[in-house]
Amino acid sequence: MIDREQVHKVAHLARLDLTADEEAAFTKQLSSILEYFEQLSELDTENVPPTTRAIELSNVARPDQLQPTVSHDELLKEAPAQEDDFFRVPQILND
Amino acid sequence: MTTAAPVKTKYEAVIGLETHCQLNTKTKIFSPISTEFGAPPNTNVSPICLGYPGVLPVLNEKVLEYAVKAGLALNCQIAPYSKFDRKQYFYPDLPKNYQISQYDLPIAEHGWLEIELVQDDEPIRKKIGITRLHMEEDAGKLVHAGSDRLSGSTHSLVDFNRAGVPLLEIVSEPDIRTGEEAAEYGQELRRIVRYLGISDGNMQEGSLRCDVNISVRPVGQTEFGTKVEIKNMNSFSAIQKAIDYEIERQIKCLEDNKPIFQETRLWEEGSQKTISMRSKEGSSDYRYFPEPDLPPIEVSPEQLEQWKSELPELPAEKRHRYEEQFGLSAYDARVLTDDRTTTEYFEAAIALDADPKQVANWVMGDIAAYLNSEKLTITEIALKPAILAELVQLIEKGTISGKIAKEILPELLTTEIESLEKFVESKGMTQISDTGELEKMIDELLAENPDKVEKFRNGKTKLQGFFVGQIMKKTSGRADPKLTNQLLGKKLKG
Repeated sequence: MIDREQVHKVAHLARLDLTADEEAAFTKQLSSILEYFEQLSELDTENVPPTTRAIELSNVARPDQLQPTVSHDELLKEAPAQEDDFFRVPQILND
Repeated sequence: MTTAAPVKTKYEAVIGLETHCQLNTKTKIFSPISTEFGAPPNTNVSPICLGYPGVLPVLNEKVLEYAVKAGLALNCQIAPYSKFDRKQYFYPDLPKNYQISQYDLPIAEHGWLEIELVQDDEPIRKKIGITRLHMEEDAGKLVHAGSDRLSGSTHSLVDFNRAGVPLLEIVSEPDIRTGEEAAEYGQELRRIVRYLGISDGNMQEGSLRCDVNISVRPVGQTEFGTKVEIKNMNSFSAIQKAIDYEIERQIKCLEDNKPIFQETRLWEEGSQKTISMRSKEGSSDYRYFPEPDLPPIEVSPEQLEQWKSELPELPAEKRHRYEEQFGLSAYDARVLTDDRTTTEYFEAAIALDADPKQVANWVMGDIAAYLNSEKLTITEIALKPAILAELVQLIEKGTISGKIAKEILPELLTTEIESLEKFVESKGMTQISDTGELEKMIDELLAENPDKVEKFRNGKTKLQGFFVGQIMKKTSGRADPKLTNQLLGKKLKG
Protein backbone atom coordinates (compact mmCIF):
# COMPACT_ATOMS: atom_id res chain seq x y z
CA MET A 1 0.00 0.00 0.00
CA ILE A 2 2.68 2.49 1.02
CA ASP A 3 6.38 1.87 0.93
CA ARG A 4 9.20 3.07 3.11
CA GLU A 5 10.33 5.64 0.55
CA GLN A 6 6.88 7.26 0.51
CA VAL A 7 6.80 7.42 4.30
CA HIS A 8 10.21 9.04 4.27
CA LYS A 9 9.04 11.64 1.76
CA VAL A 10 5.82 12.46 3.61
CA ALA A 11 7.75 12.75 6.88
CA HIS A 12 10.12 15.16 5.22
CA LEU A 13 7.25 17.26 3.83
CA ALA A 14 5.77 17.41 7.34
CA ARG A 15 9.21 18.30 8.73
CA LEU A 16 9.26 15.17 10.91
CA ASP A 17 12.61 13.60 11.68
CA LEU A 18 11.94 9.85 11.94
CA THR A 19 14.39 7.19 13.07
CA ALA A 20 14.82 4.10 10.91
CA ASP A 21 12.76 2.06 13.39
CA GLU A 22 9.95 4.63 13.36
CA GLU A 23 9.94 4.68 9.56
CA ALA A 24 9.54 0.90 9.47
CA ALA A 25 6.79 0.93 12.12
CA PHE A 26 4.86 3.77 10.43
CA THR A 27 5.12 2.09 7.04
CA LYS A 28 3.35 -0.93 8.50
CA GLN A 29 0.75 1.10 10.44
CA LEU A 30 -0.05 3.50 7.59
CA SER A 31 -0.41 0.55 5.21
CA SER A 32 -2.96 -1.06 7.46
CA ILE A 33 -4.93 2.20 7.75
CA LEU A 34 -4.91 2.64 3.98
CA GLU A 35 -6.01 -0.98 3.49
CA TYR A 36 -8.93 -0.36 5.81
CA PHE A 37 -10.00 2.62 3.71
CA GLU A 38 -9.48 0.56 0.61
CA GLN A 39 -12.62 -1.40 1.55
CA LEU A 40 -14.57 1.60 0.22
CA SER A 41 -13.43 0.83 -3.31
CA GLU A 42 -15.37 -2.42 -3.16
CA LEU A 43 -18.54 -0.32 -3.58
CA ASP A 44 -19.85 0.20 -7.07
CA THR A 45 -19.73 3.99 -7.64
CA GLU A 46 -20.27 3.81 -11.38
CA ASN A 47 -23.42 5.94 -11.28
CA VAL A 48 -22.61 8.09 -8.27
CA PRO A 49 -21.51 11.64 -9.17
CA PRO A 50 -18.31 12.83 -7.44
CA THR A 51 -18.62 15.23 -4.51
CA THR A 52 -16.21 17.17 -2.35
CA ARG A 53 -18.10 16.63 0.90
CA ALA A 54 -20.61 14.50 2.72
CA ILE A 55 -23.11 17.15 3.87
CA GLU A 56 -25.37 18.95 1.40
CA LEU A 57 -24.55 22.51 2.34
CA SER A 58 -23.31 25.51 0.40
CA ASN A 59 -22.92 29.30 0.57
CA VAL A 60 -22.21 29.78 4.25
CA ALA A 61 -20.91 33.33 4.61
CA ARG A 62 -20.88 36.14 7.16
CA PRO A 63 -21.20 39.92 6.76
CA ASP A 64 -17.99 41.99 6.59
CA GLN A 65 -18.29 43.25 10.17
CA LEU A 66 -15.81 43.39 13.04
CA GLN A 67 -16.47 41.15 16.03
CA PRO A 68 -14.71 41.23 19.39
CA THR A 69 -12.08 38.56 19.86
CA VAL A 70 -9.76 37.11 22.47
CA SER A 71 -7.12 39.58 23.68
CA HIS A 72 -3.77 39.74 21.99
CA ASP A 73 -1.95 38.84 25.24
CA GLU A 74 -4.01 35.72 25.77
CA LEU A 75 -3.33 34.59 22.21
CA LEU A 76 0.41 35.25 22.47
CA LYS A 77 0.58 33.45 25.82
CA GLU A 78 -0.44 30.15 24.18
CA ALA A 79 2.61 30.10 21.90
CA PRO A 80 5.71 28.12 22.90
CA ALA A 81 7.86 31.27 22.70
CA GLN A 82 7.25 35.01 22.51
CA GLU A 83 9.39 38.10 22.23
CA ASP A 84 7.77 41.50 22.88
CA ASP A 85 4.63 41.54 20.73
CA PHE A 86 5.86 38.78 18.43
CA PHE A 87 5.65 35.02 18.21
CA ARG A 88 9.20 33.77 18.34
CA VAL A 89 10.25 30.88 16.10
CA PRO A 90 13.56 28.99 15.85
CA GLN A 91 16.11 29.72 13.16
CA ILE A 92 14.66 29.11 9.71
CA LEU A 93 16.96 27.25 7.37
CA ASN A 94 16.72 27.01 3.64
CA ASP A 95 16.70 23.30 2.85
CA MET B 1 26.87 33.68 -47.39
CA THR B 2 24.67 34.53 -44.45
CA THR B 3 24.22 37.71 -42.55
CA ALA B 4 23.71 37.20 -38.85
CA ALA B 5 20.34 38.52 -37.66
CA PRO B 6 20.66 40.87 -34.67
CA VAL B 7 20.66 38.61 -31.61
CA LYS B 8 17.57 40.23 -30.07
CA THR B 9 15.31 39.69 -33.08
CA LYS B 10 16.28 36.04 -33.29
CA TYR B 11 14.55 35.30 -29.98
CA GLU B 12 11.26 36.02 -28.35
CA ALA B 13 10.30 35.98 -24.69
CA VAL B 14 7.23 34.20 -23.37
CA ILE B 15 5.95 35.86 -20.21
CA GLY B 16 3.11 35.18 -17.79
CA LEU B 17 2.26 37.06 -14.61
CA GLU B 18 0.91 35.81 -11.31
CA THR B 19 -0.57 38.68 -9.35
CA HIS B 20 -1.70 38.78 -5.75
CA CYS B 21 -4.13 41.54 -4.96
CA GLN B 22 -5.15 42.38 -1.39
CA LEU B 23 -8.85 43.17 -1.06
CA ASN B 24 -9.86 46.21 0.98
CA THR B 25 -12.52 44.54 3.09
CA LYS B 26 -12.92 45.66 6.71
CA THR B 27 -12.36 42.16 8.06
CA LYS B 28 -10.28 39.14 7.14
CA ILE B 29 -11.36 36.43 4.71
CA PHE B 30 -12.34 33.83 7.32
CA SER B 31 -12.44 35.73 10.63
CA PRO B 32 -14.17 38.93 11.76
CA ILE B 33 -10.88 40.70 12.57
CA SER B 34 -9.58 44.01 11.21
CA THR B 35 -7.36 44.04 8.12
CA GLU B 36 -5.91 47.49 8.90
CA PHE B 37 -2.37 48.01 7.60
CA GLY B 38 0.34 49.15 9.99
CA ALA B 39 -1.28 48.14 13.31
CA PRO B 40 1.09 47.14 16.16
CA PRO B 41 2.33 43.53 15.75
CA ASN B 42 -0.16 40.75 16.47
CA THR B 43 -3.04 43.03 17.42
CA ASN B 44 -5.26 42.11 14.46
CA VAL B 45 -5.29 38.41 15.23
CA SER B 46 -7.89 35.92 16.39
CA PRO B 47 -7.85 32.21 17.19
CA ILE B 48 -9.03 31.63 13.58
CA CYS B 49 -6.16 33.52 11.91
CA LEU B 50 -3.73 31.75 14.23
CA GLY B 51 -5.20 28.33 13.49
CA TYR B 52 -5.85 27.45 17.12
CA PRO B 53 -7.61 24.11 17.65
CA GLY B 54 -11.37 23.92 17.36
CA VAL B 55 -11.96 27.12 15.40
CA LEU B 56 -14.30 27.40 12.43
CA PRO B 57 -13.45 29.69 9.50
CA VAL B 58 -16.46 31.38 7.86
CA LEU B 59 -16.19 33.12 4.49
CA ASN B 60 -16.56 36.92 4.41
CA GLU B 61 -19.38 37.56 1.89
CA LYS B 62 -17.64 40.71 0.57
CA VAL B 63 -14.64 38.63 -0.50
CA LEU B 64 -16.87 36.48 -2.69
CA GLU B 65 -18.61 39.54 -4.13
CA TYR B 66 -15.28 41.25 -4.91
CA ALA B 67 -13.83 38.08 -6.45
CA VAL B 68 -16.85 37.64 -8.72
CA LYS B 69 -16.81 41.32 -9.72
CA ALA B 70 -13.09 41.13 -10.52
CA GLY B 71 -13.75 37.95 -12.51
CA LEU B 72 -16.51 39.67 -14.49
CA ALA B 73 -14.35 42.75 -15.09
CA LEU B 74 -11.67 40.42 -16.48
CA ASN B 75 -14.17 38.81 -18.85
CA CYS B 76 -13.99 35.49 -17.02
CA GLN B 77 -16.49 32.69 -16.75
CA ILE B 78 -17.76 32.60 -13.18
CA ALA B 79 -17.87 29.08 -11.77
CA PRO B 80 -21.40 27.97 -10.84
CA TYR B 81 -19.79 25.67 -8.27
CA SER B 82 -16.54 26.53 -6.52
CA LYS B 83 -14.72 25.37 -3.38
CA PHE B 84 -11.75 26.03 -1.11
CA ASP B 85 -8.75 23.72 -0.67
CA ARG B 86 -5.87 23.37 1.74
CA LYS B 87 -2.42 23.98 0.26
CA GLN B 88 0.16 22.38 2.55
CA TYR B 89 3.57 23.85 3.09
CA PHE B 90 5.80 24.58 6.01
CA TYR B 91 6.94 28.09 6.70
CA PRO B 92 6.61 30.00 9.98
CA ASP B 93 4.59 32.83 8.38
CA LEU B 94 1.79 30.30 7.93
CA PRO B 95 0.32 29.45 11.33
CA LYS B 96 -1.69 26.41 10.24
CA ASN B 97 1.00 24.92 7.99
CA TYR B 98 -1.51 25.11 5.21
CA GLN B 99 -3.00 28.01 3.33
CA ILE B 100 -6.69 28.07 2.52
CA SER B 101 -6.76 28.64 -1.22
CA GLN B 102 -8.62 27.33 -4.27
CA TYR B 103 -7.19 24.57 -6.42
CA ASP B 104 -9.20 22.79 -9.10
CA LEU B 105 -12.47 24.76 -8.90
CA PRO B 106 -11.46 28.45 -8.82
CA ILE B 107 -14.19 31.09 -8.71
CA ALA B 108 -13.31 32.46 -12.18
CA GLU B 109 -11.50 31.19 -15.30
CA HIS B 110 -10.88 31.81 -19.01
CA GLY B 111 -10.89 35.60 -19.17
CA TRP B 112 -8.83 38.36 -20.75
CA LEU B 113 -7.90 41.97 -20.34
CA GLU B 114 -6.92 44.47 -22.97
CA ILE B 115 -3.68 46.40 -22.70
CA GLU B 116 -2.98 49.52 -24.69
CA LEU B 117 0.46 50.82 -25.53
CA VAL B 118 0.60 54.24 -27.15
CA GLN B 119 3.20 54.57 -29.90
CA ASP B 120 3.42 57.88 -31.82
CA ASP B 121 0.00 58.68 -30.40
CA GLU B 122 -1.41 55.55 -32.06
CA PRO B 123 -2.92 53.04 -29.62
CA ILE B 124 -1.65 49.47 -30.03
CA ARG B 125 -4.10 47.12 -28.35
CA LYS B 126 -3.55 43.54 -27.30
CA LYS B 127 -5.64 41.03 -25.40
CA ILE B 128 -3.86 39.16 -22.61
CA GLY B 129 -5.57 35.95 -21.52
CA ILE B 130 -6.47 35.38 -17.89
CA THR B 131 -6.12 31.71 -16.99
CA ARG B 132 -7.80 31.88 -13.60
CA LEU B 133 -8.69 34.02 -10.60
CA HIS B 134 -9.12 32.59 -7.14
CA MET B 135 -9.57 33.59 -3.49
CA GLU B 136 -7.07 32.80 -0.77
CA GLU B 137 -5.70 34.01 2.55
CA ASP B 138 -2.48 35.97 2.97
CA ALA B 139 0.36 34.81 5.25
CA GLY B 140 1.99 36.68 8.16
CA LYS B 141 5.23 38.65 8.16
CA LEU B 142 8.62 37.54 9.45
CA VAL B 143 11.29 39.68 11.07
CA HIS B 144 14.66 37.94 11.10
CA ALA B 145 16.66 38.59 14.28
CA GLY B 146 20.44 38.76 14.54
CA SER B 147 20.79 39.67 10.85
CA ASP B 148 18.86 41.67 8.28
CA ARG B 149 18.63 38.56 6.11
CA LEU B 150 17.36 35.06 6.62
CA SER B 151 20.84 33.60 6.30
CA GLY B 152 22.77 34.45 9.42
CA SER B 153 19.72 35.10 11.59
CA THR B 154 19.60 33.37 14.97
CA HIS B 155 15.80 33.21 15.17
CA SER B 156 12.78 34.93 13.67
CA LEU B 157 9.79 36.90 14.96
CA VAL B 158 6.33 36.52 13.45
CA ASP B 159 3.62 39.13 13.10
CA PHE B 160 0.32 37.53 12.09
CA ASN B 161 -1.61 40.77 11.45
CA ARG B 162 -1.55 40.03 7.72
CA ALA B 163 -2.40 36.34 8.11
CA GLY B 164 -5.92 35.83 6.77
CA VAL B 165 -6.15 39.12 4.86
CA PRO B 166 -8.15 38.32 1.69
CA LEU B 167 -6.23 37.97 -1.56
CA LEU B 168 -7.17 37.44 -5.16
CA GLU B 169 -4.62 35.50 -7.13
CA ILE B 170 -4.84 36.32 -10.82
CA VAL B 171 -2.85 34.20 -13.28
CA SER B 172 -2.30 35.35 -16.85
CA GLU B 173 -1.77 33.23 -19.93
CA PRO B 174 1.79 33.34 -21.33
CA ASP B 175 0.66 35.97 -23.86
CA ILE B 176 3.08 38.71 -22.83
CA ARG B 177 6.21 39.26 -24.93
CA THR B 178 8.04 42.28 -23.49
CA GLY B 179 8.76 44.03 -20.20
CA GLU B 180 6.72 46.98 -21.38
CA GLU B 181 3.66 44.79 -22.03
CA ALA B 182 4.06 43.18 -18.60
CA ALA B 183 4.22 46.55 -16.85
CA GLU B 184 1.14 47.71 -18.78
CA TYR B 185 -0.71 44.51 -17.89
CA GLY B 186 0.05 45.15 -14.21
CA GLN B 187 -1.10 48.74 -14.46
CA GLU B 188 -4.32 47.81 -16.24
CA LEU B 189 -5.03 45.23 -13.56
CA ARG B 190 -4.46 47.90 -10.91
CA ARG B 191 -6.76 50.35 -12.72
CA ILE B 192 -9.46 47.68 -12.86
CA VAL B 193 -9.34 46.79 -9.15
CA ARG B 194 -9.28 50.48 -8.26
CA TYR B 195 -12.23 51.25 -10.54
CA LEU B 196 -14.09 48.38 -8.89
CA GLY B 197 -13.15 49.82 -5.50
CA ILE B 198 -12.03 46.41 -4.24
CA SER B 199 -8.34 47.14 -3.57
CA ASP B 200 -6.05 50.14 -3.17
CA GLY B 201 -3.56 48.45 -5.53
CA ASN B 202 -0.63 49.93 -3.62
CA MET B 203 2.57 48.14 -4.61
CA GLN B 204 4.82 49.69 -1.96
CA GLU B 205 2.58 48.47 0.84
CA GLY B 206 2.30 45.10 -0.88
CA SER B 207 -1.41 45.33 -1.77
CA LEU B 208 -0.45 44.35 -5.32
CA ARG B 209 2.37 41.86 -5.82
CA CYS B 210 3.45 40.52 -9.20
CA ASP B 211 5.57 37.44 -9.85
CA VAL B 212 6.79 36.86 -13.36
CA ASN B 213 7.33 33.61 -15.27
CA ILE B 214 9.61 34.05 -18.22
CA SER B 215 11.33 31.94 -20.85
CA VAL B 216 13.06 32.73 -24.11
CA ARG B 217 12.96 30.77 -27.39
CA PRO B 218 14.14 31.23 -30.97
CA VAL B 219 11.47 32.95 -33.07
CA GLY B 220 9.41 30.32 -34.87
CA GLN B 221 9.90 27.62 -32.26
CA THR B 222 6.62 26.46 -30.77
CA GLU B 223 7.92 24.73 -27.61
CA PHE B 224 8.65 26.93 -24.61
CA GLY B 225 12.18 27.43 -23.29
CA THR B 226 13.11 26.73 -19.66
CA LYS B 227 10.90 28.80 -17.37
CA VAL B 228 12.39 31.08 -14.71
CA GLU B 229 10.35 32.80 -12.02
CA ILE B 230 11.23 36.35 -10.90
CA LYS B 231 10.00 37.86 -7.65
CA ASN B 232 10.54 40.91 -5.51
CA MET B 233 9.55 43.75 -7.83
CA ASN B 234 7.72 46.53 -6.01
CA SER B 235 6.94 48.89 -8.85
CA PHE B 236 5.82 48.58 -12.47
CA SER B 237 9.11 50.00 -13.70
CA ALA B 238 10.93 47.34 -11.64
CA ILE B 239 8.82 44.66 -13.39
CA GLN B 240 9.78 46.07 -16.77
CA LYS B 241 13.47 46.36 -15.90
CA ALA B 242 13.63 42.89 -14.30
CA ILE B 243 12.09 41.34 -17.43
CA ASP B 244 14.35 43.24 -19.81
CA TYR B 245 17.35 42.16 -17.75
CA GLU B 246 16.18 38.54 -17.64
CA ILE B 247 15.50 38.38 -21.40
CA GLU B 248 19.03 39.53 -22.08
CA ARG B 249 20.50 37.13 -19.54
CA GLN B 250 18.62 34.15 -20.99
CA ILE B 251 19.49 35.05 -24.60
CA LYS B 252 23.13 35.26 -23.59
CA CYS B 253 22.92 31.79 -22.01
CA LEU B 254 21.46 30.39 -25.26
CA GLU B 255 24.03 32.15 -27.42
CA ASP B 256 26.88 30.90 -25.23
CA ASN B 257 25.42 27.38 -25.03
CA LYS B 258 25.10 27.65 -21.27
CA PRO B 259 22.21 25.98 -19.44
CA ILE B 260 19.20 27.93 -18.14
CA PHE B 261 18.01 26.48 -14.84
CA GLN B 262 14.39 26.26 -13.82
CA GLU B 263 14.62 28.38 -10.68
CA THR B 264 13.32 31.37 -8.78
CA ARG B 265 15.32 34.57 -9.10
CA LEU B 266 15.02 37.74 -7.08
CA TRP B 267 15.11 41.23 -8.56
CA GLU B 268 17.66 43.37 -6.76
CA GLU B 269 16.74 47.03 -7.04
CA GLY B 270 20.19 48.18 -5.91
CA SER B 271 22.25 46.35 -8.53
CA GLN B 272 19.40 46.26 -11.12
CA LYS B 273 19.97 42.54 -11.58
CA THR B 274 18.17 39.27 -10.94
CA ILE B 275 19.97 36.85 -8.64
CA SER B 276 19.37 33.15 -8.16
CA MET B 277 17.51 32.07 -5.04
CA ARG B 278 18.26 28.59 -3.79
CA SER B 279 15.37 26.38 -4.86
CA LYS B 280 13.41 24.52 -2.23
CA GLU B 281 13.42 20.75 -2.70
CA GLY B 282 9.94 19.27 -2.97
CA SER B 283 8.41 22.71 -2.44
CA SER B 284 5.84 22.12 -5.15
CA ASP B 285 4.36 19.10 -3.39
CA TYR B 286 1.42 20.98 -1.88
CA ARG B 287 -0.86 17.96 -1.43
CA TYR B 288 -4.04 19.98 -1.94
CA PHE B 289 -7.26 18.59 -0.58
CA PRO B 290 -10.75 20.07 -0.14
CA GLU B 291 -11.06 22.35 2.93
CA PRO B 292 -13.57 20.43 5.10
CA ASP B 293 -14.47 23.46 7.26
CA LEU B 294 -15.79 25.57 4.37
CA PRO B 295 -18.85 24.49 2.37
CA PRO B 296 -18.74 25.01 -1.41
CA ILE B 297 -19.91 28.19 -3.11
CA GLU B 298 -22.73 28.26 -5.63
CA VAL B 299 -23.30 31.61 -7.29
CA SER B 300 -26.89 31.75 -8.52
CA PRO B 301 -27.68 33.31 -11.93
CA GLU B 302 -29.72 36.02 -10.13
CA GLN B 303 -26.84 36.93 -7.83
CA LEU B 304 -24.49 37.00 -10.79
CA GLU B 305 -26.79 39.36 -12.71
CA GLN B 306 -27.05 41.63 -9.66
CA TRP B 307 -23.26 41.92 -9.33
CA LYS B 308 -22.86 42.40 -13.08
CA SER B 309 -25.28 45.32 -12.96
CA GLU B 310 -23.21 46.97 -10.24
CA LEU B 311 -20.00 47.06 -12.31
CA PRO B 312 -18.78 50.55 -13.24
CA GLU B 313 -17.62 51.50 -16.72
CA LEU B 314 -14.12 50.02 -16.85
CA PRO B 315 -10.89 51.74 -17.94
CA ALA B 316 -10.64 50.12 -21.41
CA GLU B 317 -14.28 50.99 -22.25
CA LYS B 318 -13.71 54.54 -21.02
CA ARG B 319 -10.57 54.98 -23.12
CA HIS B 320 -12.43 53.87 -26.25
CA ARG B 321 -15.37 56.13 -25.48
CA TYR B 322 -13.21 59.19 -24.77
CA GLU B 323 -11.48 58.78 -28.11
CA GLU B 324 -14.65 58.16 -30.08
CA GLN B 325 -17.12 60.45 -28.35
CA PHE B 326 -14.86 63.40 -27.45
CA GLY B 327 -12.21 63.08 -30.16
CA LEU B 328 -9.44 62.94 -27.57
CA SER B 329 -6.08 61.47 -28.50
CA ALA B 330 -5.17 57.98 -27.29
CA TYR B 331 -2.61 59.55 -24.98
CA ASP B 332 -5.09 62.02 -23.44
CA ALA B 333 -7.74 59.32 -23.01
CA ARG B 334 -5.19 57.18 -21.20
CA VAL B 335 -4.06 59.92 -18.83
CA LEU B 336 -7.61 60.98 -17.97
CA THR B 337 -8.83 57.45 -17.29
CA ASP B 338 -5.82 56.39 -15.27
CA ASP B 339 -7.71 56.84 -12.04
CA ARG B 340 -11.36 56.87 -11.25
CA THR B 341 -11.47 60.18 -9.36
CA THR B 342 -9.94 62.01 -12.33
CA THR B 343 -12.47 60.55 -14.78
CA GLU B 344 -15.30 61.42 -12.41
CA TYR B 345 -14.03 65.01 -12.18
CA PHE B 346 -13.62 65.25 -15.95
CA GLU B 347 -17.06 63.78 -16.60
CA ALA B 348 -18.72 66.09 -14.06
CA ALA B 349 -17.25 69.13 -15.85
CA ILE B 350 -18.25 68.04 -19.36
CA ALA B 351 -21.71 67.09 -18.15
CA LEU B 352 -22.19 70.88 -17.79
CA ASP B 353 -21.55 71.29 -21.52
CA ALA B 354 -17.96 72.46 -21.28
CA ASP B 355 -15.77 71.54 -24.27
CA PRO B 356 -14.16 68.13 -23.49
CA LYS B 357 -10.81 68.99 -25.12
CA GLN B 358 -10.48 72.23 -23.18
CA VAL B 359 -11.47 70.57 -19.89
CA ALA B 360 -8.97 67.78 -20.62
CA ASN B 361 -6.20 70.34 -21.22
CA TRP B 362 -6.83 72.05 -17.87
CA VAL B 363 -7.09 68.76 -15.97
CA MET B 364 -3.92 67.30 -17.47
CA GLY B 365 -2.02 70.59 -17.55
CA ASP B 366 -2.23 73.25 -14.83
CA ILE B 367 -4.38 71.21 -12.44
CA ALA B 368 -2.23 68.07 -12.69
CA ALA B 369 0.93 70.16 -12.17
CA TYR B 370 -0.58 71.66 -9.01
CA LEU B 371 -1.71 68.27 -7.69
CA ASN B 372 1.76 66.90 -8.31
CA SER B 373 3.62 69.68 -6.58
CA GLU B 374 1.24 69.78 -3.60
CA LYS B 375 0.82 65.98 -3.42
CA LEU B 376 -2.97 66.29 -3.50
CA THR B 377 -5.68 64.34 -5.26
CA ILE B 378 -8.23 65.99 -7.51
CA THR B 379 -10.99 65.61 -4.93
CA GLU B 380 -9.01 67.64 -2.40
CA ILE B 381 -8.85 70.94 -4.29
CA ALA B 382 -11.23 73.88 -3.94
CA LEU B 383 -11.76 74.07 -7.69
CA LYS B 384 -14.88 72.01 -8.32
CA PRO B 385 -15.78 70.58 -11.74
CA ALA B 386 -18.62 73.11 -12.10
CA ILE B 387 -16.25 76.07 -11.74
CA LEU B 388 -13.78 74.53 -14.20
CA ALA B 389 -16.65 74.09 -16.65
CA GLU B 390 -17.54 77.76 -16.19
CA LEU B 391 -13.91 78.77 -16.69
CA VAL B 392 -13.76 76.96 -20.02
CA GLN B 393 -17.06 78.48 -21.07
CA LEU B 394 -16.12 82.05 -20.07
CA ILE B 395 -12.94 81.79 -22.15
CA GLU B 396 -14.95 80.47 -25.08
CA LYS B 397 -17.46 83.32 -24.82
CA GLY B 398 -14.60 85.83 -24.59
CA THR B 399 -15.65 87.06 -21.13
CA ILE B 400 -12.13 86.40 -19.88
CA SER B 401 -8.90 85.83 -21.72
CA GLY B 402 -6.90 82.62 -21.52
CA LYS B 403 -4.14 84.63 -19.89
CA ILE B 404 -6.43 85.87 -17.11
CA ALA B 405 -7.74 82.35 -16.64
CA LYS B 406 -4.19 81.12 -16.02
CA GLU B 407 -3.61 84.00 -13.62
CA ILE B 408 -6.65 83.35 -11.47
CA LEU B 409 -6.23 79.59 -11.44
CA PRO B 410 -3.95 79.45 -8.35
CA GLU B 411 -6.64 81.29 -6.36
CA LEU B 412 -9.39 79.02 -7.71
CA LEU B 413 -7.40 75.93 -6.71
CA THR B 414 -7.33 77.01 -3.07
CA THR B 415 -10.49 79.10 -2.63
CA GLU B 416 -13.96 77.76 -3.11
CA ILE B 417 -16.31 80.12 -4.93
CA GLU B 418 -19.96 80.04 -5.93
CA SER B 419 -19.86 81.56 -9.39
CA LEU B 420 -16.86 82.28 -11.54
CA GLU B 421 -18.68 84.96 -13.52
CA LYS B 422 -19.36 87.00 -10.37
CA PHE B 423 -15.80 86.36 -9.18
CA VAL B 424 -14.15 87.80 -12.30
CA GLU B 425 -16.59 90.69 -12.41
CA SER B 426 -15.89 91.64 -8.81
CA LYS B 427 -12.17 91.56 -9.54
CA GLY B 428 -12.58 93.61 -12.72
CA MET B 429 -10.99 90.86 -14.72
CA THR B 430 -13.45 90.56 -17.52
CA GLN B 431 -11.93 90.92 -20.94
CA ILE B 432 -12.11 94.27 -22.77
CA SER B 433 -13.58 93.47 -26.15
CA ASP B 434 -15.18 96.84 -26.78
CA THR B 435 -13.75 98.17 -30.06
CA GLY B 436 -14.33 101.83 -29.14
CA GLU B 437 -12.62 101.51 -25.79
CA LEU B 438 -9.63 99.71 -27.25
CA GLU B 439 -9.28 102.14 -30.16
CA LYS B 440 -9.20 105.07 -27.72
CA MET B 441 -6.37 103.43 -25.79
CA ILE B 442 -4.46 102.61 -28.97
CA ASP B 443 -4.75 106.20 -30.19
CA GLU B 444 -3.34 107.45 -26.88
CA LEU B 445 -0.49 104.94 -27.01
CA LEU B 446 0.49 105.85 -30.58
CA ALA B 447 0.42 109.57 -29.66
CA GLU B 448 2.77 108.86 -26.74
CA ASN B 449 5.28 107.01 -28.97
CA PRO B 450 5.61 108.93 -32.26
CA ASP B 451 9.22 107.72 -32.76
CA LYS B 452 8.27 104.04 -32.59
CA VAL B 453 5.29 104.61 -34.90
CA GLU B 454 7.72 106.21 -37.35
CA LYS B 455 10.10 103.22 -37.16
CA PHE B 456 7.21 100.81 -37.66
CA ARG B 457 6.12 102.62 -40.77
CA ASN B 458 9.71 102.49 -42.04
CA GLY B 459 9.60 98.72 -41.95
CA LYS B 460 10.34 97.69 -38.39
CA THR B 461 7.07 95.77 -38.16
CA LYS B 462 8.30 93.72 -35.23
CA LEU B 463 7.42 96.71 -33.07
CA GLN B 464 3.77 95.64 -33.19
CA GLY B 465 4.61 93.29 -30.35
CA PHE B 466 5.78 96.22 -28.25
CA PHE B 467 2.49 98.04 -28.76
CA VAL B 468 0.42 94.96 -27.91
CA GLY B 469 2.50 94.55 -24.77
CA GLN B 470 1.85 98.17 -23.76
CA ILE B 471 -1.91 97.76 -24.18
CA MET B 472 -1.81 94.59 -22.07
CA LYS B 473 0.14 96.46 -19.42
CA LYS B 474 -2.37 99.33 -19.38
CA THR B 475 -5.29 96.90 -19.04
CA SER B 476 -3.58 94.43 -16.69
CA GLY B 477 -3.92 91.78 -19.35
CA ARG B 478 -7.65 92.29 -19.84
CA ALA B 479 -7.58 93.48 -23.45
CA ASP B 480 -8.84 90.92 -25.95
CA PRO B 481 -5.50 89.99 -27.56
CA LYS B 482 -6.91 89.08 -30.96
CA LEU B 483 -8.96 92.25 -31.31
CA THR B 484 -6.12 94.41 -29.98
CA ASN B 485 -3.72 92.99 -32.55
CA GLN B 486 -6.20 93.55 -35.31
CA LEU B 487 -6.99 97.16 -34.36
CA LEU B 488 -3.33 98.00 -33.78
CA GLY B 489 -2.38 96.62 -37.18
CA LYS B 490 -4.94 98.82 -38.84
CA LYS B 491 -3.96 101.99 -36.90
CA LEU B 492 -0.20 101.49 -37.32
CA LYS B 493 -0.48 101.15 -41.05
CA GLY B 494 -2.21 104.54 -40.83
